[in-house]
Amino acid sequence: MVNKLKIGWFSFTCCEDSTIIFTELLNTHYKEWLAKIEFVHGRILRKDDTDEIKEMDVAFVEGAISSDAQEEKLKKIRQKAKILVTVGSCAINGSPSNQRNFFNQTQLEEIKPILEKFKYKEKVLKISDVVKTDEMIPGCPMDEKMFLKVLNKYLGL
Amino acid sequence: MHDINGDNFDINLSEISKIEGAASLEIKIRNKKIEDLKFSISEWKRFYTQAIRGKPAVAIPQLVARICGTCSNAHLLASIEAVEKGFNISPSPQTILLRKLLYYGLIIRDHALHLYIFSLPDIFEKNSILDFDENDSIQHQLLDDAFAVKEVGNQLSIIVGGRSVHAPNPTVGGFIKLPKIEDLKNLKPKLLQIRPKILKLMEIFAEAPFYFKLKSPVTLSALVSSDFSFLEGKIKTSSFSVILTRRIGREESQTIEQKDLENHLNAIIIPHSQARGFMFDGKFLIVGALARLNIGKENLHFKTKKSVSQFLNFFPSENLFYNNLAQAIEILHAIDASCQIIDSFDTIEQEKLMVIKPFETTGIGVIEAPRGTLYYKLEINRDGTVKKGEIIVPTGQNQIVMERAIYELVQRLLDSGAPKDKIIEEVEKLIRAFDPCMSCASHFLKVKWKQI
Repeated sequence: MVNKLKIGWFSFTCCEDSTIIFTELLNTHYKEWLAKIEFVHGRILRKDDTDEIKEMDVAFVEGAISSDAQEEKLKKIRQKAKILVTVGSCAINGSPSNQRNFFNQTQLEEIKPILEKFKYKEKVLKISDVVKTDEMIPGCPMDEKMFLKVLNKYLGL
Repeated sequence: MHDINGDNFDINLSEISKIEGAASLEIKIRNKKIEDLKFSISEWKRFYTQAIRGKPAVAIPQLVARICGTCSNAHLLASIEAVEKGFNISPSPQTILLRKLLYYGLIIRDHALHLYIFSLPDIFEKNSILDFDENDSIQHQLLDDAFAVKEVGNQLSIIVGGRSVHAPNPTVGGFIKLPKIEDLKNLKPKLLQIRPKILKLMEIFAEAPFYFKLKSPVTLSALVSSDFSFLEGKIKTSSFSVILTRRIGREESQTIEQKDLENHLNAIIIPHSQARGFMFDGKFLIVGALARLNIGKENLHFKTKKSVSQFLNFFPSENLFYNNLAQAIEILHAIDASCQIIDSFDTIEQEKLMVIKPFETTGIGVIEAPRGTLYYKLEINRDGTVKKGEIIVPTGQNQIVMERAIYELVQRLLDSGAPKDKIIEEVEKLIRAFDPCMSCASHFLKVKWKQI
């Protein structure tokens, strides 16, 4: 049996639009992908049997980083993934999830109690602010054709 | 913590799977009683209600669409309605029909995501739809159906909106780019092809051995229109006691104008959650497909009513798991109503978008998002920029009753001697039946904290 490509899909602070596009791509690709891909992580598709991050060939990461806990998880993903692909605008450049980075003093005062209570980071970070990234799939949501191109590259197609 | 008798233990689910977005649950059980239970929305806020201030009102729909990946087009259409109501703009009959089509595309693909990908594995005791056995003819067929149904909804959204997520074509007053009539006509046979698949799905959810009824009194609320379009109408309420007595008393059922909804919703700050919850006139509130079917099933498409009368008899229902069945019925309605709209088009005419001359105003937009009533109120400055925005999402409205339902379920399971694993399994099933959307629920801000 051919070794399947182990992929993980992770969402940080965002609207998860690229997750939805991914599930729509499954509509027409699931037969091909089921034969070639092992979905190691992907909360939208299955419950993880462990809290640990598993070894992956490719990790797709969407969303921006809002907290220290998210930053730690992202670093663990990086350690366990041979290739890390940032997916969508929030992961690649932080926007629009980082809109509070550009708030004026009045807006910042209003959100301060929440930021303090739940221990938000002072600024929202894009993924490459935290870890090294290997590929990016831009768009809001991600560009479907570019996603297929990147995935096919690692599937050896 | 564990003990020998299993009377004392903790449940900590940090990221509940197969729901939209991130939610967590902490339960502390001592002497077989719940000492503490916290259902939390753990998405990190993006502060949209702050961010829209000062931006041009006409640009808001494309920004707020980004509140949610899956029901993006609900945010788009509710905010467009708020801007249009504020500026006294009446969309053309063609625009109204195309928006309904766009919306039915959303209902098909979003409900199908929930029913096939999130909920169906619970019925078949599988972790994932991708684990369905291809050598089992029923499971294999359902796997194929899941993606076939979703794809038709996806295509309808793409044809009308330009994209299924964050659709670029709908705008204030109409459409920037119109769909091609031949694309719509070509889609109709595909819509009809998925119809039997949905009938089969309904049977599965109607026969599923899942049942949960709340002891606490609850108000159900939904926007009701004569064509069950999700986009128009008045707010109507009901309660489970109405179901029991089949008697609609004055206090138990009311009709509310869209603009007055905010007066009935009591915002509750939940100290442990990143999102705000709501009650309705001080009572637990349920919104979503179960509320819509309980209150307005007679407005469904005539073809839908004819095909599924046996399932419609289940409503009004107190069984929270029938939210799944209600969603499946809504998919069928979306298919039948879409086919009728497509048939009604001979051509799609180019229509000029009107130029808006801004003035100081307030606009309210209310629609039924897939998961329940979505409310937008935009206060607009004289120069057309947003002064203040209020956005109330369905999952916020359901959050308090969800926690209550989890509490009642866990206590019942403890009383019956259920072990920890069984409790976790049952709680996850119940949460999925509500179909919560955490991305939506955590967009906003409320700064005053109080204990409930």
